[in-house]
Amino acid sequence: MSKKSFRQAINEALRQEMRRDPRVILMGEDVAGGQGGSSGVTDAWGGVLGVTKGLYTEFGPERVLDTPITEASYIGAAAGAAATGLRPVAELMFVDFVGCCLDQIMNQAAKFRYMFGGKARTPLVIRAMYGAGFNAAAQHSQALYPIFTHIPGLKVVVPSSPYEAKGLLIEAIRDDDPVIFLENKVMYDDEEEVPDEAYTIPFGEANLTREGDDVTLVAFGRMVGFANEAADRLAKDGISCTVIDPRTTSPLDSATILDCVADTGRLVIVDEASPRCNMATDVAALVAEEAFDALKAPIRRVTPPHTPVPFATVLEKLYLPDVGRIEAAVRSVMGYKARQEA
Amino acid sequence: MTVITPITMPKFGLAMTEGKLAGWSVPPGSTVSAGQEIADIETSKITNGYESPASGVLRRQVASEGETLPVGALIGVLAEGNASDAEIDAFIEQFQSTFRASETQGEADAPAARPTLVDVDGLSLQVQDMGQGNGLPVLLIHGFGGDLTNWLLNQDVLAEQRRVISFDLPGHGGSTKQVGDGTPAALAAITARLLETLGVGRAHVVGHSLGGAIALELARAHPDKVASLGLIAPAGLGPDINMDFIEGFITADRRKTLEPVLALLVNDPALITRNMVEGIIRFKRLDGAKQGLETIAAACFPEGRQKDALRDVLSTFGGPVQVIWGEADRILSPEAAQGLPASIAVTRLPQTGHMPQMEKAKQVNDLLAGILHDTP
Repeated sequence: MSKKSFRQAINEALRQEMRRDPRVILMGEDVAGGQGGSSGVTDAWGGVLGVTKGLYTEFGPERVLDTPITEASYIGAAAGAAATGLRPVAELMFVDFVGCCLDQIMNQAAKFRYMFGGKARTPLVIRAMYGAGFNAAAQHSQALYPIFTHIPGLKVVVPSSPYEAKGLLIEAIRDDDPVIFLENKVMYDDEEEVPDEAYTIPFGEANLTREGDDVTLVAFGRMVGFANEAADRLAKDGISCTVIDPRTTSPLDSATILDCVADTGRLVIVDEASPRCNMATDVAALVAEEAFDALKAPIRRVTPPHTPVPFATVLEKLYLPDVGRIEAAVRSVMGYKARQEA
Repeated sequence: MTVITPITMPKFGLAMTEGKLAGWSVPPGSTVSAGQEIADIETSKITNGYESPASGVLRRQVASEGETLPVGALIGVLAEGNASDAEIDAFIEQFQSTFRASETQGEADAPAARPTLVDVDGLSLQVQDMGQGNGLPVLLIHGFGGDLTNWLLNQDVLAEQRRVISFDLPGHGGSTKQVGDGTPAALAAITARLLETLGVGRAHVVGHSLGGAIALELARAHPDKVASLGLIAPAGLGPDINMDFIEGFITADRRKTLEPVLALLVNDPALITRNMVEGIIRFKRLDGAKQGLETIAAACFPEGRQKDALRDVLSTFGGPVQVIWGEADRILSPEAAQGLPASIAVTRLPQTGHMPQMEKAKQVNDLLAGILHDTP
């Protein structure tokens, strides 16, 4: 056990599963890291943000396939390879590029098992970076997990820390269904203790990172850390929060969310995705329908505004939910007074 | 004569930097005696009763329930004699103006607190090795499903005067998941090799639960290595074992299913904290952990009974032996300690479950100190 970054945790998960199972292969743009570049250096970068570094050197061109910039072709090839016996991990680089290959994901990989009468298995993992705060502008900063969550037949993972990332990625690679694995690009240098051994974290089981009596916070991916920080600040003022990290948006651990709301009676949801039809609306609807009687205050959502992610640093900062906004939302539900009947 | 005693946030184990005052056990103004439990302190690992360091009247509860404070911070004030309220206020003001939390935190970050990996015949074992002194070293062996943190309330206390070693058994914690045939004898053989690797020729051996059976096997195979035996709710003395715990522990893979299983371990379920459950789940998620536990359970408890009868070891063992058992143990009944040779000290602790070293840490540490005679 030692401290590892989010980037190292993912690299280690890929490396350990490739050593363990020869059917695991990587495909994607630049996964071999600067292959064929003018420098002549093999694996100089290890992917656009260095996540796959060293894998091409260890496993070679047969198992680390550097693809052209043709998402439709290699995501389609990965889906086919999965259906015919390999266990590909295809990297989409920025999740924003899904527009070029949504058919291969939505109409092919996600539908194989259902349309082939349960006889097809599609052990495909698609990794991609998401998230704002990297000054990468509107086409490279979106948090698109709600789009995948919307599609039956896909499992969707949004890890919140290095420990979570390693265990969830190994689980994704060993899973027999297509899994979308989304990494917040701002978190690659985050560090924490991560076991050296391989381990798996099951899908559909939320993690409680804080436990409290007053307010339930549900947060996704990078927002979990923000919610924890807000909870710690609020604890100093005597407001105690439960923080739920659902880990996977599909399957979603609704039971844990409902249990916690039954205990606290107040719910704040923190979601980095655009506010219309995102995870916050989904969780809000779930709780409004199943736990209405438990609520002592209206449900509050902390999300960005419904705009593209701005490029200007000052606007991008304003765009993203932050600790202060989470804190303010919690205080507002704590201070809620029901209107008196006339 | 007036004596004012500060009650401060205690330090349970080397890793503790802060604690939460879970609750006061006595109201302000009560007369308490030294050693009386006056508060419950919750740490990231465990909730533990805090015993008053002195006798007197609890004049102030400085910390309120639910408050989290650094180790060493003032949580209350105790006074003997007739201190005026003004004197108490002045004492608190003086304490708070000089208290610096960061110093104690810096101490806790010392590298000595981290366990290391030790290679024993190609098997990687996680070892926590601390303390030094002229006394013989102590070896601590945890039980089935445990790990070296089971000793977090004991190891540094015992290590004040001697070297004290705890480790994760094969199949547990951060150690190898290769458990061999999983019998206490096989685990004792690896334990003996660990002592040799660490350069320890002879040690006081303390074993909890299955670790007690391993300690007995070690004493049988290597009587020269074992100076004394501390046996805490040990396996090996009778056939009965609560298989609901063993099987539940192996199969539970999430917090909700594991929590009720862990509650069987203790008299007061409030002792089991969220972080403790999380730590165990993290170990159980590792590749090979479940198979390792299954192999050990099948070897030690086939058909729901303890396979190895190790009572005979105690009739021939020459060193001091202290058996400690909780009256409310729901895993291994303290009745198994009936009929042991008269020379063996058996202490039964009331309102204590299967984890006396955590539930009644101070009594257990005192009892263990009693057998650490450093005869060669």
